[in-house]
Amino acid sequence: MFFPEHLENLHSIGEAFALALQLVLSGDPDLLEIVALSLRVSLTATAVACLIGLPIGALVAISRFRGRTIVLVVMNALMGLPPVVVGLLVYLHLSRSGPLGFLGLLYTPTAMIIAQTILIAPIVAALSRQVLEDLHAEYAEQFRSLCLTRGQAVAALLWDARYSLLTVGLAGFGRAVAEVGAVIIVGGNIDHLTRVMTTAIALETSKGDLALALALGVVLLAISLSVNAAVQTLRLTATRQAYV
Amino acid sequence: MSDAVTLTPPSTVDDRTNGLILPLRVRDLVLRLGEAPVLDGLNLDLGPTGCTMVMGPNGSGKSLLLKLLHGLAQPTSGQIVWGEHTAADVTARQALVFQKPVLLRRSVAANLDFVLRMRGKNRGRRDALLDHVGLAHKANQPARLLSGGEAQRLALARALATDPEVLFLDEPTASLDPASVMAIEQIVSDARLRGVRIIFVTHDLGQARRMANDVVFLHRGRLAEHTAASEFFPEPQSQAARDYLSGRIVV
Repeated sequence: MFFPEHLENLHSIGEAFALALQLVLSGDPDLLEIVALSLRVSLTATAVACLIGLPIGALVAISRFRGRTIVLVVMNALMGLPPVVVGLLVYLHLSRSGPLGFLGLLYTPTAMIIAQTILIAPIVAALSRQVLEDLHAEYAEQFRSLCLTRGQAVAALLWDARYSLLTVGLAGFGRAVAEVGAVIIVGGNIDHLTRVMTTAIALETSKGDLALALALGVVLLAISLSVNAAVQTLRLTATRQAYV
Repeated sequence: MSDAVTLTPPSTVDDRTNGLILPLRVRDLVLRLGEAPVLDGLNLDLGPTGCTMVMGPNGSGKSLLLKLLHGLAQPTSGQIVWGEHTAADVTARQALVFQKPVLLRRSVAANLDFVLRMRGKNRGRRDALLDHVGLAHKANQPARLLSGGEAQRLALARALATDPEVLFLDEPTASLDPASVMAIEQIVSDARLRGVRIIFVTHDLGQARRMANDVVFLHRGRLAEHTAASEFFPEPQSQAARDYLSGRIVV
């Protein structure tokens, strides 16, 4: 790729770091493309996973039904889905001979979004269920006294838990943006098409191009740090107003 | 606090077309939690107006009685008849103020907006309600940073926003300072004057004397007596009430 130095050409990890920083600071177009695609895929997957996971989490949080414990166990177990297994399952469905092969989605960003959504929707559902169940325990009797419908109660719970749910969404995004197993199987790590930060890091490291790998690593860490910092700041403001 | 003229009197509210929910008739009411009966064969008749104080030692079943009457809990057996309705049918025409107010994680004003919106009430009444309970100046502050007395006044405003025909209060002033107690009592008295039926649980004898038209005294899940306030305080009829009023523990 764009930085030919190999491990043996580098005097130290320090030099790799210097080159990495240079790449980041110079705004290398290839690097930016990879970062942009990573963000697009993982943010979209997070948004879709929230659209699916939050209502499920909320519904389970306020409902009592037979087999609820089993549902909870399954939800919690799905949080630990191995990305490669999800990647494989999505691959099987999207490959030409698979049931959804006619869509032609394999090796596209859409396939990566699907895989990451499947990976993190259970995380959003399980974590939001816990958050909303705690809040529901506090509000339930008051809501029944006010004769709220189930829909009204869910909407109010989601809104009042918004700052906690932001953290839940962040956990999902963190998992999505950092995983490599699912996106490399269904995306294929194709340059300028499906190459994201994690797959590029894996590839460049195996090629020995540590500078680019490190540069991407630095960006990944920086994104993770700044997103966390932003959410923490928001939560702190909310805590001061007793909204958490 | 302003006059109550800006609040809708219950008699003009449009969802009152399904018949009266008063008087209240309770027959052979039993509630068991596990083995022991918490309420044991309660019979009670409450008239259409005024303020009934529900009193009795801790664990006598006062709060549970309120929840049963409000339709938040189901009795093991027995009947609760509001006019010609069951308790569960009239929950929306009543409001309950809990001992510890449960406020949404929103501003003071947003707490009222929420109830007015959910119940399809005129949202223009919010400012009048806040003014009525003396919280207009705190409208934009986070509700959960209010003091205990302010929080309870907001809970009362929220209850009144639903235009209840019956207002239940479950020890609403239990941990409040005297000024807050007086403020709450004033708001409740205003509601009663506008025709809202008040059913009020308290341990505060002074409060009971100030507010009560009649007193329901519970002891060990049974109705020890139901007497007009003018008789209850000078001459309680039951031994349990006499012991309670004289400060002897009767749990």
